[in-house]
Amino acid sequence: MKHRYLPMTEQDQKDMLETIGISSIDELFSDIPEKVRFKGEYKIKPAKSETSLLKELGRLAAKNINAQDYASFLGAGVYDHYRPIIVDHVISRSEFYTAYTPYQPEISQGELQAIFEFQTMICELTGMELANSSMYDGGTALAEAGTLAAGHTRRKKLLVSATVHNESHAVVKSYADGQYIEVVTIPHNNGVTDIDKLKEMIDDETAAVLVQYPNFYGQVEDLQAISDIAHENGALSIVSANPLALGLLTPPGALGADITVGDAQPFGIPESFGGPHCGYFAVSKKLMRKVPGRLVGETNDDQGRRGYVLTLQAREQHIRRDKATSNICSNQALNALAASVAMTALGKEGIKEIAYQNIAKTAYAKQAFEKAGFEVKFGAAHFNELVVDCKSPIKDVNKRLLDQGIIGGYDLSLVDESLANHALIAVTEQRTKEEIDAYVQELEAIHA
Amino acid sequence: MHKENQSLIFEVSKPGRIGYSLPELDVPEVDVASILSQGVIRTEDAELPEVSELDIMRHYTALSNRNHGVDTGFYPLGSCTMKYNPKINEAVARFPGFARVHPLQDESTVQGALEVAYDLQEHLAEITGMPQVTLQPAAGAHGEWTALMMIRAFHEANGDTQRTKVLVPDSAHGTNPASATVAGFDTVTVKSNEKGLVDLEDLKSKVGPDTAALMLTNPNTLGLFEEDILEMAAAVHGVGGKLYYDGANLNAVMSKARPGDMGFDAVHLNLHKTFTGPHGGGGPGSGPVGVTDELAAFLPKPVIEKVDDRFVLNYDVPQSIGRVKPYYGNFGIYLRAYTYIRSMGPDGLKAVTEYAVLNANYMMRRLEPYFDLPYTQHCKHEFVLSGRRQKKLGARTLDMAKRLLDFGYHPPTIYFPLNVEEAMMIEPTETESKETLDNFIEAMIQIAKEVEENPEIVQEAPHTTVIGRLDETKAARKPMLRYIKEQSPVEETVQ
Repeated sequence: MKHRYLPMTEQDQKDMLETIGISSIDELFSDIPEKVRFKGEYKIKPAKSETSLLKELGRLAAKNINAQDYASFLGAGVYDHYRPIIVDHVISRSEFYTAYTPYQPEISQGELQAIFEFQTMICELTGMELANSSMYDGGTALAEAGTLAAGHTRRKKLLVSATVHNESHAVVKSYADGQYIEVVTIPHNNGVTDIDKLKEMIDDETAAVLVQYPNFYGQVEDLQAISDIAHENGALSIVSANPLALGLLTPPGALGADITVGDAQPFGIPESFGGPHCGYFAVSKKLMRKVPGRLVGETNDDQGRRGYVLTLQAREQHIRRDKATSNICSNQALNALAASVAMTALGKEGIKEIAYQNIAKTAYAKQAFEKAGFEVKFGAAHFNELVVDCKSPIKDVNKRLLDQGIIGGYDLSLVDESLANHALIAVTEQRTKEEIDAYVQELEAIHA
Repeated sequence: MHKENQSLIFEVSKPGRIGYSLPELDVPEVDVASILSQGVIRTEDAELPEVSELDIMRHYTALSNRNHGVDTGFYPLGSCTMKYNPKINEAVARFPGFARVHPLQDESTVQGALEVAYDLQEHLAEITGMPQVTLQPAAGAHGEWTALMMIRAFHEANGDTQRTKVLVPDSAHGTNPASATVAGFDTVTVKSNEKGLVDLEDLKSKVGPDTAALMLTNPNTLGLFEEDILEMAAAVHGVGGKLYYDGANLNAVMSKARPGDMGFDAVHLNLHKTFTGPHGGGGPGSGPVGVTDELAAFLPKPVIEKVDDRFVLNYDVPQSIGRVKPYYGNFGIYLRAYTYIRSMGPDGLKAVTEYAVLNANYMMRRLEPYFDLPYTQHCKHEFVLSGRRQKKLGARTLDMAKRLLDFGYHPPTIYFPLNVEEAMMIEPTETESKETLDNFIEAMIQIAKEVEENPEIVQEAPHTTVIGRLDETKAARKPMLRYIKEQSPVEETVQ
């Protein structure tokens, strides 16, 4: 068998068998009981050459509508943002992407330092005291925040706002089920968490209140009020925040959050049909020893040179085994690197400018939709998403938009029957005035 | 600051420099204060770096030069399957028709992506012998937990709520007992016997009406095939429990034995190990789960299916354990795995396993005279040496691992599995040449000689790396987890 990934020659094989003292490779598998031995070959597709496989997969890729060829107004947790070219150049350096977890710090200083910088940037944006090296994604990060809170408070109930992304909400529920934790939904009032209902619902069994900032409907929640209510009742305040929005929004850490999580996908990470993205997890220092996942800390060698190591590992599964409070092992290190590069490229000024452009474009879009007679629902402040009543089934509207080169907003009837004909429309800095106008014009044309 | 310190990006930063390019705003300017209420407008800037594009590239290039990957050199890290990461995979994952597709687009606009997912499910089903596969879990541990939640749901659906125990061998990965705990189970440890295999008698004495499942890696973490697998399956199934296969070591048995044929009810795979998803310095991974038809009703939703010639997302799964991750798993990683499987074909995957196992046995036999080998039978894709002979001479396994760095190698996994003293777990993989193996073997032999003749050179290693051994105690006692201009440890208020 000759293959470009397999350097074994016939001579190598002969020499190695001789050293081992056997006459065939089969002998190495003689410990597999006859009854379970697989005979023959897998019934899978035959191997393809590099060229023909590229062609075949290129044809499959061409069947997918994508945000490079279309103007995408689809957000709902995954966004089309400016992705500095430099990001892909850095993460393509194979010293990074072909490395394992940095268990040998002397030859992993590059990765360790990059994570240390990632942790720092996440702290800066969220206003939290420390952050870990990453989680799978924003949804599972939120779920782990919930189970951390239950363990920390020794309480068994989580209050999750109805304005949290429905898929994240579902993941919170699955994780909570695992540990027999109850999940109760706080209803929304006009697109934001119903604070009066929260006050009624919270009790001394509540471990945490979980909200999103900006929330699923693009609205900015009153975090301080929510955190205060949580704290008055001995519960933790957990916020899932879009880190790009934090370029302009007050960080959750300054508004009472005990845990801030979210997804760094807006920073240089492509949509990639939903993954891999990059969860982040940041906490106040009282929770330092309860954080799931890997943490990188600074230290020095015996010559006083600064260096970085994985630290506080007594929290983790490979040490604590069945006493661990999280089983996370692999994380999203390469995407954390991508996010670091994007955050670095944007920098102190760019993060403000990009957040501002999102607000300005969304404000323009709001006005344009309203002027054309399409109601923008919910009144609170918008960051980069709008709920628009398109007056027709969104599935049909989006089909028309596609013909105009536009990927339309998210069909909210899929998550809330009362929002039939409503789309959640994301307007990032990537969208031009022309594209926004074209969206509005197509809606007008449909109803002309 | 010591002159040899590598700068942090924050130390390179200078006010006034930028590294981005955003278009001019083409809509009217807005007054943010008129849109956002005062309390939610940030008053203090986030201190992100201020650097030019070249500053960024130089910084990360310098960091990459301080990092060892598979492309840098041999990486025989046991249980991690550090094989070559094919470049076609990277090219395919960057096709705009895959990378730039939004997960919430209408099904009709993502048929190509769904076809990849569906066809990969079919391939993994054949490879594992499990009829149903979900691609949703993001990593191995996530897959373990997903499968255990399905097993729990199955027992609960049968009214078997007393099944609260998950059996885990003492040689298992730490994720196994941790996953059992976060899935709501108690863990019971099963002993290994003198051959390094699960002690069948101990297992039989521990199964009962409270058994939910046995978690097993086969071959196990010693690289040994569990020969009694059918007896073990019978013991667990006999009391109504389920058998769970940790696929971390699948590279050892492709085309030789399938988990489904061994009696397993659920399997997770690490696509970032056996199937060449790059490790990325710790992730992202992808941990699909395969199950029997009996467990299929509990799969996470949506389930990706084929109806006539269309690929669909089926949310109508009434007994589903729910979602374990937003969207449909780490598509970009399993796309790479799919590309790999299609590059290898059935005969290629068979050769992968045969060569991986041949390489491991060759290394084991050549190193056997110089190090203690606790279990002497043929290994599979990896083997475990003990450094106890060298420890008596004053050099621990840790020291020998550090000495290997001076030869340009990533060391083996050390101090794991826990049931071998001073363990060194070596996994060469099939993508390494005999010359690479021989050079590594020579380095190991030299180190063994150094321990006998000149142990200091081993004890004080590494000598050639950019930094020496780091003070991990200090890192843990006075944690500094982020850059601050005037650096000081985190003061803890609560322990």
